[in-house]
Amino acid sequence: MSLADDLTTPVEGDEDKTPYSERGPAPVDVVAGFGFWLFLLSDIVMFSAFFAAYAVLVDHTAGGPDGLKLFNRTYVLIETMCLLLSSFTCGLCSLAIERRDARGTYLWAAATVLLGATFLGLELSEFSRMIADGAGPTRSAFLSAFFTLVGTHGLHVTLGLLWFVSMMAQVATLGFRPIVVRRLLCLTLFWHALDIVWIGVFTIVYLGARW
Amino acid sequence: MFGKLTWDAIPFNQPIPFATSLGVIAVIGAIVLLVLWKGWTRYLWDEWITSVDHKRLGVMYALLALVMLVRGFTDAMMMRSQLALAAGGAEGYLPPEHYNQIFSAHGTIMIFFVAMPFVIGLMNFAIPLQLGIRDVAFPVLNSVSFWLTASGVLLVNLSLFIGSFARTGWLVYPPLSELAYSPDVGVDYYLWALQISGVGTLLTGINFTTTILKLRAPGMGYGRMPVFCWTALASNLLIIAAFPILTATFAMLLLDRYLGFHFFTTDAGGHAMMYINLIWAWGHPEVYILVLPAFGVFSEVIATFSGKPLFGYRSMVAATMGICVLSFMVWLHHFFTMGAGADVNAFFGVMTMIIAVPTGVKVFNWLFTLYGGRVRFSSPLMWALGFMCTFVIGGMTGVLLSIPPADFVLHNSLFLVAHFHNVIIGGVLFGAFAGYVYWFPKAFGFTLDERLGKAAFWCWLVGFYLAFMPLYALGLMGATRRMQHYHETGWQPLMIVALAGALVILLGIVLTGLQLYVSIRTRAARIDRTGDPWNGRTLEWSIASPPPPWNFSTLPQVQGADAYWGMKQAGREAAAQEPEWQDIHLPRSTPVGVVLAFFATFAGFAMIWHIWWLAIVGIAGLTVTALAHAWRVDSEITVPARDIAEHERRRQRP
Amino acid sequence: MSEPTTTAKAHRTPGKGHGSVAGYLAGLGFAVVLTLTSFWAAGTDTIWEPAVPILLAALAIGQMGVHVVFFFHISSGPGDANNFLALLFGVFVVGLVVFGSMLIMANLDANMVPMDKLMRMQR
Repeated sequence: MSLADDLTTPVEGDEDKTPYSERGPAPVDVVAGFGFWLFLLSDIVMFSAFFAAYAVLVDHTAGGPDGLKLFNRTYVLIETMCLLLSSFTCGLCSLAIERRDARGTYLWAAATVLLGATFLGLELSEFSRMIADGAGPTRSAFLSAFFTLVGTHGLHVTLGLLWFVSMMAQVATLGFRPIVVRRLLCLTLFWHALDIVWIGVFTIVYLGARW
Repeated sequence: MFGKLTWDAIPFNQPIPFATSLGVIAVIGAIVLLVLWKGWTRYLWDEWITSVDHKRLGVMYALLALVMLVRGFTDAMMMRSQLALAAGGAEGYLPPEHYNQIFSAHGTIMIFFVAMPFVIGLMNFAIPLQLGIRDVAFPVLNSVSFWLTASGVLLVNLSLFIGSFARTGWLVYPPLSELAYSPDVGVDYYLWALQISGVGTLLTGINFTTTILKLRAPGMGYGRMPVFCWTALASNLLIIAAFPILTATFAMLLLDRYLGFHFFTTDAGGHAMMYINLIWAWGHPEVYILVLPAFGVFSEVIATFSGKPLFGYRSMVAATMGICVLSFMVWLHHFFTMGAGADVNAFFGVMTMIIAVPTGVKVFNWLFTLYGGRVRFSSPLMWALGFMCTFVIGGMTGVLLSIPPADFVLHNSLFLVAHFHNVIIGGVLFGAFAGYVYWFPKAFGFTLDERLGKAAFWCWLVGFYLAFMPLYALGLMGATRRMQHYHETGWQPLMIVALAGALVILLGIVLTGLQLYVSIRTRAARIDRTGDPWNGRTLEWSIASPPPPWNFSTLPQVQGADAYWGMKQAGREAAAQEPEWQDIHLPRSTPVGVVLAFFATFAGFAMIWHIWWLAIVGIAGLTVTALAHAWRVDSEITVPARDIAEHERRRQRP
Repeated sequence: MSEPTTTAKAHRTPGKGHGSVAGYLAGLGFAVVLTLTSFWAAGTDTIWEPAVPILLAALAIGQMGVHVVFFFHISSGPGDANNFLALLFGVFVVGLVVFGSMLIMANLDANMVPMDKLMRMQR
């Protein structure tokens, strides 16, 4: 559908004086980017419900361990640094995409995936240690909320990794066609959004465990 | 092998669900046979099932909603007749076990699978036409949304025949809905059906918000958008903001039920009230998701049939966006009695009264639009007038309930039931019917029978008052909702009146069906060649009925509000000189929506019955389908300029 | 979908066409500094204790802002109006859901016997 084709029809009068809202349908990549931006916002609203559940249930430990006893801040700092670095490499990846530089794209995507996978590995080992210590999600409402909130973020990271892999396959087979570039743009936005959620997680869950 | 699924799940020993299921299966079988016998399979597949055309999807949404209206109404008839009988010592004919499923299914179906699809269907059909564009922002996603909704519908209705439905009320409050107290599959049917259709609704919200904000005909600034587009924008923003909360809340309940988590359980620190808090943080915006587009329909209808621009366009827009924001700040009024302190209750009570103000502004705007207009009492306007009288009563009882002390007396009573039916039938359903009658000629090129339409309207209106005014009285007398029988025989006469009202509504539904049938049979006589049967004001009336797949042969240049009215006033210049037609690219049909929904249905069914291998198959199917679609390269078809010229020339001919 | 033959300057899309290595480096730098400050503030005794949660919240919000500006490239400029307003609406809803729920549930818990105690009392 070429809604964008219609932009060739000039708006009457001086183009620059036409208000933004009256310039007719936006180009396809703007539409796709805005739609995905809305999706990300909706995803963050979903996280907000998990954050709310965590905040409400944080004291409901039912006699089980609390956060102060369970969390290891050094570990979380390493996880955080992995994610922050991956956001940076993801940014470099998007620059490579803008240059239509396939090798650069693969390289920075691989770095991002590696950092993301490291994050995920650290998180999973933390989870398995907690479960082995009898602090699994079924232990108390607090732990249910903890595992759900942090686990949902982890699930997003996993999906992001799978998406990276399939997008690299798309670049390899389809090249940098407009549709592939649009999807890559959405993917990088998705990856950056994971960071924003993680800032909330480490501040409220891990650093907030003292209060 | 089949998880919890055994032959016991089929209700052989329960005559009502069993006979109904057999009837439904027979009807579906007959339809399939008819399609095969007539050789319509190809046509249905190519033109409807795989279509990504917003107009086709809108029609399918509306059809789905009408069919589900019949299902939900059947539940209502059973409840009303049960309560007309079960007074004093009598037990009626529905055992509590069954009755509880019926009121839960009624609420679930009416909100999620009648009101939502109807409203979304109208938005699908009308918004791109009103905006003067050729399709929504993401046409394929639109098809996926529809089919996921259909998948949810299928799962909810499957519970009639295989297993049972939730017995917990339409919002499955824990701890009753927890595994400990609802161990069977009823709640799981509810949760999975709504999770699947909820994804569809969320995608719709994203799709339409993007469409309205980013794709409008040249010249259509925000101040020139039809009011229906504004209300739809507000509604879709609310979908984006509210449905994720629902998804998260249901996910928590699912984790409780499937993996032994403790969000809302009574042990290990779970907090059931948190569920009620979260579900209403979605639930109140949901009310406005439904009613705002209905307000938009009424605005269009009242302006059109008064022959005047809408009075107070800017205040209407401001009121709409005000409601959009305020609707997130009132949710506690759904649980005033749960134990919050006077301060918190008072705050939310006051907020609830405040949100009535923009709604009041709208009512006055509609009244002033009618005032001094050349009012034509066609059936869309009848629905609008019926709405204005009825909805105001519902609004007032709502403000009454927003006073916490009054709510302590009236909560959980039939007064509350009467109130929300008053706003949902009087607001949303009347709006949906107004939109249906108003846009039907645009969709199919012929008008609906006016006489039968008005008869259906009067049956609905009278039936509504007969059915629900007694419930207000009964509520004040102390009758609670969700009761299967009662000892107070003094209530029975009013219950019988309510049943009579439901029968009148039944007549209204029959007349609606008859209207459709008669109109199709006599369509040759009522064909509309102008494309503008109501002397409309907005762009959808400027094109042929039914519109061509590309909607607008050239994108309209919008010069002001009520764009088409302005064009008609200025006179058509196009007649003198034919523009140079250009090729138009349209999105190609794709089966990805229906295939995704197919696998989602299996995955959902498998999760409900704990058939893990089938769930894996379903999820694998979803993944493979999505990936296969991602590699689709040829996503467009081209309509040559020649065809467009041909279409336009045929239109010009008398 | 086919590609636009002209690029309208009217609308901007998040994250597109405004990045540079320097920008991403700056974003990373700010984010790392803010993160380290957060971890330090949460563990230190040099700050008056009741002020720490407020400081942490401020740091977190600041860091989210850094991400929005340096990674998403959202600005408050005219072409970004839709993106920015959508973000504001999202922040509004997130705030309502989190703080509203906390307020309501704290109020309920203050006024009502908690569920688990209630169950123990029934036994």
